[in-house]
Amino acid sequence: MELVCQNLTKKYFTKKAVDGLNLKIESGHIYALLGPNGSGKSTLMKMIAGLTKPSEGSITLDNEQLSWKTKEKISYTPTEPFFFGYMKIDDVAKYYADFFEDFDMNLFDKVLSEMNLDRSMKTKSLSSGMMAKAKIAASIARRSELIMLDEPLNGIDLLARDSIQELLIKYAPENGSILISSHMVEELERMVDRTIFMKNGRLVADTDVEELRMREGLSVADKYRQLYSEEA
Amino acid sequence: MEFQNNIPIYLQVIKDIKSRILSGEIHPGDKLPSSREMAVRYGVNPNTASRIYNEMERQGITFTKRGIGTFVTESDEDLAELRKTEVRKLTEKYVSDLTKLGLKGCEIRSEIKQYFLENECGEK
Repeated sequence: MELVCQNLTKKYFTKKAVDGLNLKIESGHIYALLGPNGSGKSTLMKMIAGLTKPSEGSITLDNEQLSWKTKEKISYTPTEPFFFGYMKIDDVAKYYADFFEDFDMNLFDKVLSEMNLDRSMKTKSLSSGMMAKAKIAASIARRSELIMLDEPLNGIDLLARDSIQELLIKYAPENGSILISSHMVEELERMVDRTIFMKNGRLVADTDVEELRMREGLSVADKYRQLYSEEA
Repeated sequence: MEFQNNIPIYLQVIKDIKSRILSGEIHPGDKLPSSREMAVRYGVNPNTASRIYNEMERQGITFTKRGIGTFVTESDEDLAELRKTEVRKLTEKYVSDLTKLGLKGCEIRSEIKQYFLENECGEK
């Protein structure tokens, strides 16, 4: 799996949310996508997911332009809940299985039970932590080559964050990658091996995290402060 | 385990595993968990876990039986070497900390001597 963004730009009226971005996402990594609010992280993910069209530039997956064919290989989990309250987890599973050929129901059940969830539960009665787990179980069960998670740790408690972290490490695809956007830099420190830093719609750094520690003696949080605090 | 996020994670995990071997918690010849399982246990990236295994093998702490798994070395020589290196690292740290406080070599020596005069030597 190799996803390449070239000169990627998204304009909303006159404002550029993403501005001439060049980026390569390779197989076998867990990436953090970091940057202050409004730096273009969500817009970038939505373009890669095919939910919004670039104004300029291109995105290719294994040298192919994004299309209905490549969509199967990319999953995107937005921050907002996207299940209807009356649905049971079982309905969500069926909905996924209908939509995505690659959805693996056995794997979904396995991951759910590891998280102490089951298909008979109503999504309305789930806590935000349980909801986050169910969403991630669903995206893991799609067996996509690129799993994108937008702010998966937002608004959930410490223990739920720990189990989500464990889930992602355990099920990170060997022949694919995970891209996680988050404000919780500290939570991602050891889970990710690469970090993409964005600012004003552009890429400011694409960093190997262990190299960063080795060569500069900096943590991801240190690097974040270094890159963004000068702004003030 | 507590990590320091500005120091390479693979080095911190290796240090932890070494001290578990030397303290006897992990025995010579023990099978270690798979690389992915190790990543889950320590909460680290799977690539970091692979690196940990490669590095430990390079240092002679572990060896791999193809298709079976990774094991802690049973070689007395390697284990003695590991103990010696780790003891020396602790000594270096101790000496360097006291040097920062302004103690000279002979003062450090007499401090250690004094310590053992006041405390039972060795066995608790």
